Amino acid sequence: MAVTLAQAINAALADEMEADPKVLMFGEDVGQLGGVFRVTDGLQERFGDKRCYDTPLAESGIIGTAIGLAMYGWRPVAEMQFDGFTYPAFEQIVSHLAKMPNRSRGTVKLPVTVRIPYGGGIGAVEHHSESPEAYWAHTAGLKVMTPGTPDDGYSMMRAAIRSDDPVIFLEPKRRYWMKSDTELPVTTEPTHEAVVRREGTDVTLFCYGPMVRTCLEAADQAADEGWSLEVVDLRSLSPLDTAAMVASVQRTGRAIVVHEAAMTLGIGAEVAARIQEGAFYHLEAPVLRATGFDTPYPPAKLEEYWLPDVDRILDAVERSLTF
Amino acid sequence: MSTAASDPNDLLPPDEPVHLLDPDGTYHADPDHPLDLDDGQLRELYRMMVVTRKVDREAINLQRQGQLGVYASCMGQEAAQIGSAYALAADDWIFPSYRELGAALVREVDAAGFLHLYRGTWLSDHDPYAHNFGLMSIPIGTQALHAAGFAMGAAFDDNPIVTMTYFGDGGTSEGDPHEAMTFAGVFKAPVIFFVQNNQYAISVPLERQTAAPSLAHKAIGYGIPGFRVDGNDVLATYAVTRRAVERARQGHGPAFIEAMTYRMEAHTTSDDPTRYRTQEELDEAAKTDPIARMRNYLTARDLYDQDLEDGIEEQAKATATAVRAGIYDAEHGDPLELFEHVYDDPTGHFDHQREQLQAELAGAVDGEDL
Repeated sequence: MAVTLAQAINAALADEMEADPKVLMFGEDVGQLGGVFRVTDGLQERFGDKRCYDTPLAESGIIGTAIGLAMYGWRPVAEMQFDGFTYPAFEQIVSHLAKMPNRSRGTVKLPVTVRIPYGGGIGAVEHHSESPEAYWAHTAGLKVMTPGTPDDGYSMMRAAIRSDDPVIFLEPKRRYWMKSDTELPVTTEPTHEAVVRREGTDVTLFCYGPMVRTCLEAADQAADEGWSLEVVDLRSLSPLDTAAMVASVQRTGRAIVVHEAAMTLGIGAEVAARIQEGAFYHLEAPVLRATGFDTPYPPAKLEEYWLPDVDRILDAVERSLTF
Repeated sequence: MSTAASDPNDLLPPDEPVHLLDPDGTYHADPDHPLDLDDGQLRELYRMMVVTRKVDREAINLQRQGQLGVYASCMGQEAAQIGSAYALAADDWIFPSYRELGAALVREVDAAGFLHLYRGTWLSDHDPYAHNFGLMSIPIGTQALHAAGFAMGAAFDDNPIVTMTYFGDGGTSEGDPHEAMTFAGVFKAPVIFFVQNNQYAISVPLERQTAAPSLAHKAIGYGIPGFRVDGNDVLATYAVTRRAVERARQGHGPAFIEAMTYRMEAHTTSDDPTRYRTQEELDEAAKTDPIARMRNYLTARDLYDQDLEDGIEEQAKATATAVRAGIYDAEHGDPLELFEHVYDDPTGHFDHQREQLQAELAGAVDGEDL
């Protein structure tokens, strides 16, 4: 049965709310409207307006009250409507959500899932296309994960809600309508493991979220050139699956990290560092990055020039192979 | 479409803060704020204020002796804290800032444990669930949202507990208390926003925080009633808080209380208040001291004598001594605890870093250079 990523996440939310009466879903427009991307469609109707409710338009308030709700014993799933609107909640996430379990020396658990539609490629107005994942991955105490397939959208969402750690759950919004032929419920690999989406022998593409499909397309095209690309979907950005990254590079000898987020101090920098630490003698070329530029996210009419695409990825592949 | 508020005038604070005790201890009965305290409870309020001040002073001494990195004194604010915290039931919750030693002692949080944050031994020493007392929150006003969420959570659970949060006059300028009051108003959450208006945010005086007629006037903007009370009057603080708490417990939603008080000490031990306020101002504030006022009241009621004072003083000294014993030269714990409680499931995180620290510790034991 064809399931979109948005439908898969919606089904995971519904199934987890059904399984655990402590799960709450809240945010801006998530109730009657079903969310601006319809990811929470039908949840209020099914579970009532105490389990799935609209909040005032206040992101710090959404996260701060999620912390209080979790301390009480609820299992909150909070939606940030768009990536660019997470910043008002930055302090609550970094100073409290991430730290409180540690500050309390384990007496307080905060099983909060923060859902964030992120990334560009949908022609959106400014502040609606950002990739803030490095902020969260840099913050101790948070788990950061992002599905690249509908199956992972379902399975990782359920795992995130069940986790007793706070989870930043990044949903690649340009892939919400991506379909896969899936029977739900589905259980995929554990959330902390990277997954090889396509095996190859020449170069490994490390990617996540919206770039998984782009990298698979790049691998298809590369095959026409006679290049065999391996595609590794990182899935978890904190923790990173170092062993899987090193193992892949030990096979291919070449690595390119692909993400939408700007290059400098992005996830790619950390991946490159770990690869050179763990697979130095296997490397045939420097680890390269195919990413967004170190500029503000551009206006919609320019985003095709900003976002990494198959061409930018294959250009990096060629540079790696000809090093 | 309708908004929740009834008559807006019902939400406005009174022109003058509620006040039951004059500085000389004269009691003015107020039918809106009857006292439901027996003689033992009246003495108990006094005792807790005296003990708080003693421990507070001991903490300052410990900082001066290098035993605490810093300390934020609550001297002068004992009535505001103890009167309000005492108005809660045992199951009710408190979300404090970092200056609430008095409220912590009402909640029987270990006084030495309270100070470990300031020593840097640990970031917190008490189990919030054992005392219904949240962790100290240093980023200003942020805990107001935790309180609002906790109160929403209790209401969702049909649990008739009330949650109270403390912040200060400076805190009312931050965004989070506003968002907390917005949420609390909309969800009718049983939460009390208790503001200790101690006149200063470090050096910045109240008039630089707000142009509002009073801080309590802000509450109307959220559909919440605003109350004002003489925060150096422990009986008035108790009575006003009690009323707000019972109102919240009966399902009538949140309340905002502005307690007028004065921070007699520096902002923290790192601060030099002589740069921004005068000795004359301090002398004037000292005349409204909450402890002397309650002692005068108890004396007038024949509830105070030297035996009582000696007993309280002995207990205060014992507590201060225990604090000193708990803090003085207290060791930090196992350095490897750095890696504990960061994640419930730390799979894949910092395994190598833990091993690195283990190796560094072993090297230190072996006398090798790190």
